[in-house]
Amino acid sequence: MNVVAPERQFEPTSYHVKKSPEGAALDIRNFNLWYGKSQALHGIDMEVQKGEVTALIGPSGCGKSTLLRCLNRMNDLIDDLRVSGEIMVDGFDIYGPGVDVIALRKRMGMVFQKPNPFAMSIYDNVVYPLRVDGITKKSILDETCERALRSAALWDEAKDRLNESALGMSGGQQQRLCIARGIASDPEVLLMDEPCSALDPIATAKIEELIHQLRGHYTIVIVTHNMQQAARVSDNTGFMYLGRLIEYGATETIFSAPKKTQTLDYVTGRFG
Amino acid sequence: MTDILDPHATASGAAAPASTAARDAVAGAAQRGKRVRMLSADLSAVGEPSLWAFGGALALGVILIAAFLAMVTWNGLVTFWPKPIAMVELRDGTLLAGEPTRSSVYRPGENVLARLDEEQIAMIEANGGFSERVLYKTANFDLYGDDFRWVSDFDKAAVTFPPDFHLFERQQWGTFVGRVAGLTIGGEPQAFDHALMQREQSAARRRFAEIRRLERSVIGAINQRMDRERLAIRRANLRFGEDSPRALEQIAASQARIAELEAEFAEVQGRVNAIRENDRRYRVLLEEVNGRTVDTELSQIVRFYAANDIGFFDKLGIYFSRWWEFLSTEPREANTQGGVLPAIFGTVAMTLLMVVFVAPFGVITALYLREYAAQGRLTSIVRISVNNLAGVPSIVYGVFGLGFFAYTMGGSIDQLFFPENLPNPTFGKGGILWASLTLALLTVPVVIVASEEALAAVPRSMREGSLACGASKWQTIRYVVLPKALPGIMTGMILAMARGAGEVAPLMLVGVVKLAPALPVDGFFPFLHLDRSFMHLGFHIFDVGFQSRNSEAGKPMVFVTTLLLLALIVTMNASAVTIRNRLKRKYAGGQF
Ligand SMILES: Nc1ncnc2c1ncn2[C@@H]1O[C@H](COP(=O)(O)OP(=O)(O)O)[C@@H](O)[C@H]1O
Ligand SMILES: [Mg+2]
Repeated sequence: MNVVAPERQFEPTSYHVKKSPEGAALDIRNFNLWYGKSQALHGIDMEVQKGEVTALIGPSGCGKSTLLRCLNRMNDLIDDLRVSGEIMVDGFDIYGPGVDVIALRKRMGMVFQKPNPFAMSIYDNVVYPLRVDGITKKSILDETCERALRSAALWDEAKDRLNESALGMSGGQQQRLCIARGIASDPEVLLMDEPCSALDPIATAKIEELIHQLRGHYTIVIVTHNMQQAARVSDNTGFMYLGRLIEYGATETIFSAPKKTQTLDYVTGRFG
Repeated sequence: MTDILDPHATASGAAAPASTAARDAVAGAAQRGKRVRMLSADLSAVGEPSLWAFGGALALGVILIAAFLAMVTWNGLVTFWPKPIAMVELRDGTLLAGEPTRSSVYRPGENVLARLDEEQIAMIEANGGFSERVLYKTANFDLYGDDFRWVSDFDKAAVTFPPDFHLFERQQWGTFVGRVAGLTIGGEPQAFDHALMQREQSAARRRFAEIRRLERSVIGAINQRMDRERLAIRRANLRFGEDSPRALEQIAASQARIAELEAEFAEVQGRVNAIRENDRRYRVLLEEVNGRTVDTELSQIVRFYAANDIGFFDKLGIYFSRWWEFLSTEPREANTQGGVLPAIFGTVAMTLLMVVFVAPFGVITALYLREYAAQGRLTSIVRISVNNLAGVPSIVYGVFGLGFFAYTMGGSIDQLFFPENLPNPTFGKGGILWASLTLALLTVPVVIVASEEALAAVPRSMREGSLACGASKWQTIRYVVLPKALPGIMTGMILAMARGAGEVAPLMLVGVVKLAPALPVDGFFPFLHLDRSFMHLGFHIFDVGFQSRNSEAGKPMVFVTTLLLLALIVTMNASAVTIRNRLKRKYAGGQF
């Protein structure tokens, strides 16, 4: 296949990033991605700060989900996918040779656009990441289940029906259950792909509240098409457009005084 | 928007008031002087005629199926109801007696008319050349060599229903219609008394059952053990060499045991003979309508009743006792009488075994095709081939099963594991194992297709959720995909079961028999005898209805057995559907 080498983006995209004292959790360097012949990500450069909430915004189809799914290599499922560049975690390139994808995914919880609980009980859903890890000790599982459900603000609603099917819960509860599942194995990073887009405003508010509580415990990357939400929950925001990261920096600055006119146009609603 | 009002669009959009809508539309269009087609053309475009045609075809199909089921059910249900016995006096003075079975109207042929007198011919002519005839089940096959007689109305002089006529169901020779002419109890002649005979007959049946038990179970077990010892002798010779010391040692031991068993056998045989001897002193003399008699042991009478002299509740009792006999005993009289227990057992056992084979095989294939194989041209070819396998005539599977499973695989198994039995085949012939494997092969495409669809229907988001938790591909399939797909897979299994349970043609080649000497499961080691041939309800229907000496005699059994087979398949499917629905409910309630 003859793919034209991507032009190096010399123009910087990160301006006023709010640095975390703990440094970067993920360091994305000149990352490109192709679905077959069409390039979906162009030279992404981005440092995700440890313990903070990073939002990705941008019009639909700009590659937010694609980028997010690269962080735990969920894109591996897609045939005919090609990447170049690096995503560094603890000094290792996750796309480098010899990386254990399963071990990588265990370090990253993920919450999807639609709640996707498994067809099993609430309890089994939450402890699923531990079960697949081979942990069978009941006391550990029980303890984890309670901790994760409490962290996901679901314990009070779920504690009396742990053995009922998770599919019987409301959409908002299901999404919080998925968050509980995502943090059950105590990952370092929590990836969320438009976690509220299928929820009503009350459930959305609960999830946002939850993100606030989780902040500091986990590094959170959240994709959203809702700018108010990004403004409310995140420390840093990246604005993407047509597969490029246009501007990345502190959320207040992005929304009040962005460096790029494209960003300004988008956040003021002039296009998107 | 165009200004030409399109009546087609309007009418087909509104389904129910289609014709009025079309008419209004046409009228509206006509008022405005636009292009308007003929109303008849509109009618065809409206789609109502095709709706009627489809609906009609559906209704016809449903009615035909319902009528068929109703016919089978009705005939099956009335078969065991006791009928009266008519005594018919013919014009030539002869007598016959039997159950009126059915009647028909026919046109007597030249040769029939030639032997008739004027009065009879006048009768026929008054009827426009037609005559009515009734089929009587006269039974008494041992005396007359037939079971049924047609009697035309011009031959009939008088019909009566004498109260002393009985119907006797016998262990052998089928039914007997006639009177009791004499009773011998314990060697002493007695006057006939219904209650007395009933009592003695029950006692005689118990003696009969005891003889059966001794011969089947006790002597059967002794024979089984003797066979094993004989085989042990042959095996010792094969293994250690003829006349080698070890062989001789084992042979001596086996022969000692055989001697013991023979003594045991003689003892049991003595008991059987004693009971038989006693049983011969309880007899009944049966006399048919023309005075010919049959002398038989009371224990040979399975059931008897005075057909014209019993009330409703007696009939009900007979009805249920016949059903019970049908469901719980072995067949007699070339399968036209008695029960079908071995066939029920064989059908169920074979179907369950088939499910045991087809389930893992089909599901694993589907898993590979859907989850692991690269979705390319090769996979499509495999998929198409699997689909086409479902269309191969089932008899071809039978031939394959016989050639491959029975002769090739079974032959090898015999040489490896049962050499002492050769040249008699153990597995190298049709048997329940090969039959269920053949049917598994026949039904596996159904399971593969259904399972593949069920797997494909598991939402991608669930798989991703599991993978994102750090589950491996296999863990994802095992814990998330398979449970979610299980109801759909079960649907495939149900379809396969329904098809397999009703299949007969291939079974005739790979192990179904008319009369199996023993069930595939019994109390002798290894309890489940997969090499044994078996009986099957479907084949039973074929055999009784179309292969027996007298298809008229088998006809009622065909209906009853068909009813039973349908009931059995419905029961098996219903239980599978119940299990599936329970699974579905367990995973239901998803609201995204
Ligand atoms: N599996 C895929 N195969 C091919 N193209 C894809 C695939 N997934 C996404 N794309 C393309 O990549 C681009 C970015 O998609 P996505 O990351 O889903 O956008 P966003 O999440 O920002 O709406 C879109 O143009 C989309 O059509
Ligand atoms: Mg997206």
